Amino acid sequence: MSAWEHRKVFAVVHTRSRDQWLSFLLSGAALVASSFSILIFIFLLLESWPVLRATSVGSFFFDESWHPTEGLFNLVPMIAGTILVVFGAVALATPLGICLAVFQQFYAPCAMGVFMRLTMELLAGIPSVVYGLLGIVVLVPLINQLQSPGASLLAAMLTLALMILPMVVVIVEADFQKIPRPYLLGAEALGFTRWTTIKSIIFPATSGGIFAGIILQTGRAVGETMAVMMVCGNIVQVPNSLFDPMRTLSANIALEMAYATGNHRSALFLSGLILMTFVTLLVFVAGYLQRIYRRVD
Amino acid sequence: MSIERSRITDAAVAIFLWVVSSAILLLVVSLLFNILWHGLPHVSWSFLVDTPQEAGRSGGIGPILVSSVLILTVCVAFAVPLGVGTAAFLTEYCKFSQRTNRGIQGSLDILSGVPSIVFGLFGNIFFCKILGLGFSILSGGLTLACMVLPVIVRTSEMSLRGVSPEIRQAIESLGLSKSGALFHILLPIAVPGITAGVILSVGRSLAEAAALIFTSGYVDRMPSSLSDSGRALAIHIYDLSMNVPGGDKNAYASAVVLIALLLAMSTLTRILVRITFQRTRIC
Repeated sequence: MSAWEHRKVFAVVHTRSRDQWLSFLLSGAALVASSFSILIFIFLLLESWPVLRATSVGSFFFDESWHPTEGLFNLVPMIAGTILVVFGAVALATPLGICLAVFQQFYAPCAMGVFMRLTMELLAGIPSVVYGLLGIVVLVPLINQLQSPGASLLAAMLTLALMILPMVVVIVEADFQKIPRPYLLGAEALGFTRWTTIKSIIFPATSGGIFAGIILQTGRAVGETMAVMMVCGNIVQVPNSLFDPMRTLSANIALEMAYATGNHRSALFLSGLILMTFVTLLVFVAGYLQRIYRRVD
Repeated sequence: MSIERSRITDAAVAIFLWVVSSAILLLVVSLLFNILWHGLPHVSWSFLVDTPQEAGRSGGIGPILVSSVLILTVCVAFAVPLGVGTAAFLTEYCKFSQRTNRGIQGSLDILSGVPSIVFGLFGNIFFCKILGLGFSILSGGLTLACMVLPVIVRTSEMSLRGVSPEIRQAIESLGLSKSGALFHILLPIAVPGITAGVILSVGRSLAEAAALIFTSGYVDRMPSSLSDSGRALAIHIYDLSMNVPGGDKNAYASAVVLIALLLAMSTLTRILVRITFQRTRIC
């Protein structure tokens, strides 16, 4: 074997072993990356195990109150608070977001449409603490003039609605842009007015995708912590009116984690587990819906 | 008659949409101006470099900016190799095993949906307690790395898949080794797309507060090492507006700084995305 051939064989062997190393490294990276979601579930479960063993599942719903240091773990006010806030925010932001997207896409003059798009993208990137800050400084005093204390279910709903509104607009608009051009040309050829086109072609063609997007946003809203915590008043109670202060599951974790120990801490991890399970379910439902509607298209 | 009626409906809907959209746009723009109006006068060079005094009521945000940058550095240093590696595995090595591919994708989908407060809980127990890092910049950065991992994997994967078939055929026909093709051809082509993903995730990390409260902590001193606790900018805004009476002025100013940083990043991302698309089109 000549020296040159030897070198060639060596080079091939050398790159082959390097390829194997790389394959090994990359599969390691993939393994680590995909293990995080499982790790999160495991640790939440492990940490919430003590309180699950110490009390029955019923106590999280039927205990007298939330006094975790005295062994009373009623999570109902927080769960009810979360559901109310999220429901209110999504119910407000969805129709408004669809209106804005329709306007931006089909009615607005060109310059205004571009301006709206930039504003919505800017808003979608603003951190939740800034929404919380605006809520505290602008919204809460306004509501306080109507009825004290101002920091209330209503304030939390409005802040969260304002937060998810730009994301709803962006999602709906993306769905609008996926409509096949022949549909629109057909509508034009038939002499449809703008509104008839929107009502009888665009909405039916996009409703599935929009619905899936809204569910995904609902998941985001359920997990949202900072903005809601800053304006909701943080009193543990099921609110009787829009003006009552309340507390959500995520706010409860953020507020009490700092000093919680023992079963109290464990109960907070349990509320984290509840949040995570709920959000994961919503993500799966949204993904499933998206797949179905894509197939139909 | 029917045409007449549908024209009237059309006009009515148009008016309705104009009113609703203008009202919301006006509201939103006035809120943005509200932040600028109250915040901008207090932003100055000394505000950016000074240490906070009286719990942040006066003074600046120097140490907080340093902590934020350190947290982001840790986050990027950890998330980028892991994320790009995973993406390379998914696109270049995992082509034939659909089940593995779907498993990894599913796990990342779940991860991208996890609420940030849950990341905070996980980081607190895993990085602070089990790995023994305590309340530190390191724990905070690692927690954020887990949070942005799905974003980085997805954008890297998209830009690796976006490499044109002609180039892939050329690689095959030249018989290049996998590692050579990846490092010398595929990754260099994908760099703008990957960078866009990284900047996007840096933006999300910068905006994050809930995941950091129990991992990197509250301390507003200048951090002396990565194992020190450090306060991120978003947490500073939260703390000033919630817990410090009279901290509104500096909270506004910090919010202006935060938004300006995020704006710069999203502009950079947009430019990079444009470059990526142009490049794949030329190829």
